[in-house]
Amino acid sequence: MSAQPKRRRLEVEQIGDVTVVNFIDRKILDEQNIQIIGEQLFSLVDEDACRKLLLNFGNVEFLSSAALGKLITLNKKLQTAKGRLILCNIDPQIHEVFEITKLDKFFNIQKEEQTALQAF
Amino acid sequence: MPLPISVTMDQQSEIGPSPFEEVVLVSDPAEARRFQEELEQFLLQSSHASTKEIFSIKLALEEALINAIKHGNQMDRDKKVRVLYRVMAGFFEVRVTDEGVGFDPGDVPDPTAVENLERPCGRGLMLMRHYMNEVCYSSSGNCVAMSKVLCNSKK
Repeated sequence: MSAQPKRRRLEVEQIGDVTVVNFIDRKILDEQNIQIIGEQLFSLVDEDACRKLLLNFGNVEFLSSAALGKLITLNKKLQTAKGRLILCNIDPQIHEVFEITKLDKFFNIQKEEQTALQAF
Repeated sequence: MPLPISVTMDQQSEIGPSPFEEVVLVSDPAEARRFQEELEQFLLQSSHASTKEIFSIKLALEEALINAIKHGNQMDRDKKVRVLYRVMAGFFEVRVTDEGVGFDPGDVPDPTAVENLERPCGRGLMLMRHYMNEVCYSSSGNCVAMSKVLCNSKK
């Protein structure tokens, strides 16, 4: 595997006690990228002690099953820490990926950021 | 070149005379990425596939390529992934072959079962089956042939 610079993959903003995360990548693909995104998400929970995490998928046009695995791990991590994970602003095509894999019922998914913020 | 695919796929292959394009990829996800961009351009230019169909093909292919690179070839850059694809009016077909030992798709657990929901495996195959009309593995398990009927052909 070729080495890749660890550039920032997330745009993080604090709204009240909710940590809102926007993805910089439009495509969440490929083991290496997903690994880095995963690490950056996990460190929000482990190091920054964020307990209310809102992932805004507004920029995301494409993701693969490998990314879904990371989200499941993140959810588990937050549950263990008595925190909550909410996903929002998911493109209809991507939402279908959640539906097919039945993860639409596993995750708390809200349409818009505003409603998601109120759902915590 | 003989291809280890099922009879059904062979019958479907006879629909059109369009030849297969062939691409050989090094076992590196970056190669998959590069090929996906290339294929997207190819599909856009062919005007046979709608945006939604291109999304479907790209997603299924992403899963197939990553399976081949990661699970099949174990990311060994000396091993190659061979991709054959063609598009014609109303039909897209692709075959992905790796140099791995193959696997039995029947051994993959149902990822939507409650007890498996948190397991990371099986979703890729499931997405491939959803987004393509046909997905079949060779008996050796290292070659997958997928096809999709394209309905929304643009004129």
